[in-house]
Amino acid sequence: MASDIKAMTAELARDPSSLVFLELGEALRRVGQLDAASRVLVSGLEQHPDLIGGRDLYARVLVDKGEYARAAQVWGTVLERDARHVGAHKGLGFVSFRGGDLDGALEHLELALAADPTDQSVISALRTVRDAAQELQAEVAPTDAGEDPLFAGLEGAEQGLLLVDDRGRVLGGRLLDRGGREVSEAVAAYLAGAAQEADRTARMLGLGEWRWIVAEGPEANVYVTPPTPETLLLILRDQSVPSGRLAMLAERAGAVARAWLEGQRL
Amino acid sequence: MTTRFRRALDNVTRVRGVRGAMLVAGDDGLIVAESLMEGVRGNAVAALAASLHKRFRQSMDAGAAGAPHFLHLQGDGGTLIVVPAPDGILVVAVGDPNMNVGLVRLEMLRAAEGLT
Repeated sequence: MASDIKAMTAELARDPSSLVFLELGEALRRVGQLDAASRVLVSGLEQHPDLIGGRDLYARVLVDKGEYARAAQVWGTVLERDARHVGAHKGLGFVSFRGGDLDGALEHLELALAADPTDQSVISALRTVRDAAQELQAEVAPTDAGEDPLFAGLEGAEQGLLLVDDRGRVLGGRLLDRGGREVSEAVAAYLAGAAQEADRTARMLGLGEWRWIVAEGPEANVYVTPPTPETLLLILRDQSVPSGRLAMLAERAGAVARAWLEGQRL
Repeated sequence: MTTRFRRALDNVTRVRGVRGAMLVAGDDGLIVAESLMEGVRGNAVAALAASLHKRFRQSMDAGAAGAPHFLHLQGDGGTLIVVPAPDGILVVAVGDPNMNVGLVRLEMLRAAEGLT
């Protein structure tokens, strides 16, 4: 292996436009020389930017280095060129699962399976993610309602304010559906994925930092905003509350949340 | 692009600050029709808008709020709005951060109704 790497390195030095950079990058990745693999692939992709196999490999190297967000970005560029790329969907499935976004993981793995139904690694990964999603669902159970101390005193604190971390875990507040059933955990789990999607959308479309999202539904309106970079605040109200009023409520609840988070760090 | 689709999108893009409007297949994020200013990446807007709408639909379903019939993402540098139309089509608009959202909303809802 070492002699192969040496030979391929020499070949690439002789001809920097050689496609041997792909093989060399993979070989370096396998022996754990991740920084060297990364350098070789970045340099090679500068010469061959349309080589999506090279981008896929580069993203895998980034995952090995623990740079998950950057890897997801690179796989995103692969999907822009080939929406059915199995490697990119598998990779994004893994990154989503690792970030607690089970729904995103399922979506990507199902797309990977649709593109290649024979890929056993995808089937196995799908099974793992589905099991995790079922466990999460089983943990959501009805509980008695009462005002949450975090947002005590704010309008709707007992049923329509929720503070969540960026991995979908409830930090405070409470959401109840119209039947009085607590839905905080379930909404939090999905919300983390939705917020990641909002961040990706704003970034990739040049919309700057996302500030808030309003979604109006037949049963209720929802306002989501990140009071800090690591948290999300969700306000759920019936349709009689207009979006402008939701924004005002969010401002007050956001200030409360920031103060509370600051207190937790002390 | 059919006259019906063009008319639906033109009424949206006529609003000041709108950089583009599109009809997108909600299930796969592919463009059905578009009316975009130069520099707007149609494929990316379509795919991301469809994905964002899907994610929020799941979040809202979990909260028993129902599927969103209006979705507004506000960023420092721009705005994205998604309105579902019949047959799984999404009406999508992207524009400046200070565009007249009320007017855009009205035209997008009309466009969605016009697609029935």
